[in-house]
Amino acid sequence: MVRRLVLSVAFIVCCLVQPAFALLEIEISQGVESALPIAVTATSSDSSAETRLMTQVISADLHRSGLLGVVEQGRYPTGSIDKKQVEYQAWRDKGIEALLVVTTQPISADQYQVEFFLYDLVRNKRSLAHSVNSDSHSLRRVAHKIADVVFESLVGLRGAFSTRIAYITEMGIGKKRQYVLKVADADGHNPLSVFISNKQLMSPVWSSNGSKLAYVSFENERSEIFIQDMASGKREKISSAPGLNSAPAWSPNDQQLALTLSQDGDPNIYILDLKSGNKRQLTSHYGIDTEPTWSADGRSIYFTSNRSGSPQVYKLSISTGKAERISFDGRYNAAAALSPNGELLAMVHNDGKGYRIGVLDLRNDSFQVITNGDLDEAPSFAPNGSMIIFSTRRSGSTILSAVSADGRVQQQFRLQSGKVREPTWSPFR
Amino acid sequence: MKIFRYLLPLLVSGFLVSCGSNEVKTDDASSSAAASASASNSRSLDSESSSVGIEDPQGVMLDALDDPDNTLTMRVIYFEYDSAEVEQDSLDAVRSHGQYLSVNTGRLLRLEGHADERGTREYNLALGESRAKTVRDLLILEGAQPEQIEVVSFGEERPAVFGSDEASLQKNRRVEIVY
Repeated sequence: MVRRLVLSVAFIVCCLVQPAFALLEIEISQGVESALPIAVTATSSDSSAETRLMTQVISADLHRSGLLGVVEQGRYPTGSIDKKQVEYQAWRDKGIEALLVVTTQPISADQYQVEFFLYDLVRNKRSLAHSVNSDSHSLRRVAHKIADVVFESLVGLRGAFSTRIAYITEMGIGKKRQYVLKVADADGHNPLSVFISNKQLMSPVWSSNGSKLAYVSFENERSEIFIQDMASGKREKISSAPGLNSAPAWSPNDQQLALTLSQDGDPNIYILDLKSGNKRQLTSHYGIDTEPTWSADGRSIYFTSNRSGSPQVYKLSISTGKAERISFDGRYNAAAALSPNGELLAMVHNDGKGYRIGVLDLRNDSFQVITNGDLDEAPSFAPNGSMIIFSTRRSGSTILSAVSADGRVQQQFRLQSGKVREPTWSPFR
Repeated sequence: MKIFRYLLPLLVSGFLVSCGSNEVKTDDASSSAAASASASNSRSLDSESSSVGIEDPQGVMLDALDDPDNTLTMRVIYFEYDSAEVEQDSLDAVRSHGQYLSVNTGRLLRLEGHADERGTREYNLALGESRAKTVRDLLILEGAQPEQIEVVSFGEERPAVFGSDEASLQKNRRVEIVY
């Protein structure tokens, strides 16, 4: 585990063009009442700024999940806090069920040894103890990794705090308007501008291995699809057929891209083989077919079609070409996004109350609306399936929000200025 | 084939509208302007000058596109929510652009399809294109050549008006005709 941590920390994406100044601020608007109470603290003898940063980042991550309730320091029992000597009963008496102790020690110029110890106060045992080396620039990333393993230990689900989100921002007005494709840590920190344009950008999507982004750019006054490598920053135009070139979606093995083209008439779904450049037309129906997304096994494509009169979600078998409608609640269902385990399909849903995020459980066809905005769009699952990030309109602007797949936990990301939209959550790395 | 499936109703309704307007509106400024435009355009065909406009008795080039009373000044066609059908009250304008192109064969135009902010961005991009293509098909029906027309969609990405009230949304569901 330690080895994996160190490796991942060393493998920081270095390529991105420039740091941006606007931070995404996150606020939790709704959590669960049964959140497990956890204390996240330094030892009594460690008051270093590095440790303080680590505990702050880890606390924010765990709290943001909505499933863990980070306890204020004022609730701690009296007495000193040590990384190895824990008074279980004293903590338990304060209603605290888990304790995470973090320490950092400088080991050389700009190198720190980070240690963390997780105690299960209910079962009177230490459940995790690890040591990680980090340079000062990587402390936040190490903190997210620690939050990941602590979350997994306590909740039983792999943490996604060290993943990233990509999104589009729109800032400025008139001739100074700028569209920027950005990538930030999952907590909104370290936003980096991947591509800046004075023309519109849309539909960013991570490759399945997280090394590339595909997106649509209007830089040539029409929709074209580009792929950009995150390590080198190199970008490549991969589709500029006559008509629409849009809605890119990576196959599970990243060998192919499903996309929407209208080169042969109406917008239809195609598969582009990225190695050979060969295109294969999947749908040829009258009307609009767009927004393809792959099934987990890569054998089917979910997509939006208005063939029934209004947009609905369909599932198409790639081998037979047969499509069946799978969304039946409401007059508008579009932009389907599949959960990583392939069991849930999030979509933009409207039954007359506004555009909201709905989740179709593919195992039993039950459908649940989990947001209550009037223009909620672009759902994307966290790689552990726990949260769905989407864009929503608040007081005239557009911000990002995340909601747990069951709708119980909600958090909001707010950009200091400008609009932020079309979030897409990276896979694990 | 499928083009006719949705053009046919438009064709019929367009025909009805044009009959109606010709009978009733002989004194109407815009329709008489359209009539004179097509008359002058035929003159320009007869002459050596090929496509751009007509020569008036004083030898100055005039173009029906520059005539403020001409229906050709209608360069934005509006649509209903989630619809790519040209409304009745826009058909005259679309037809006059088609007739103008059919006479002025050297003229090119771009149809820019747009959508309002409601619904998903990708669906709206496709919807904008459907709108522009509906207009294109009507222009071709009036005699324009496909090569004269470029279609592009910006979906909801380039609203004409910022605002989320119905009046703003209505102004954003449009096809812009750009010569």
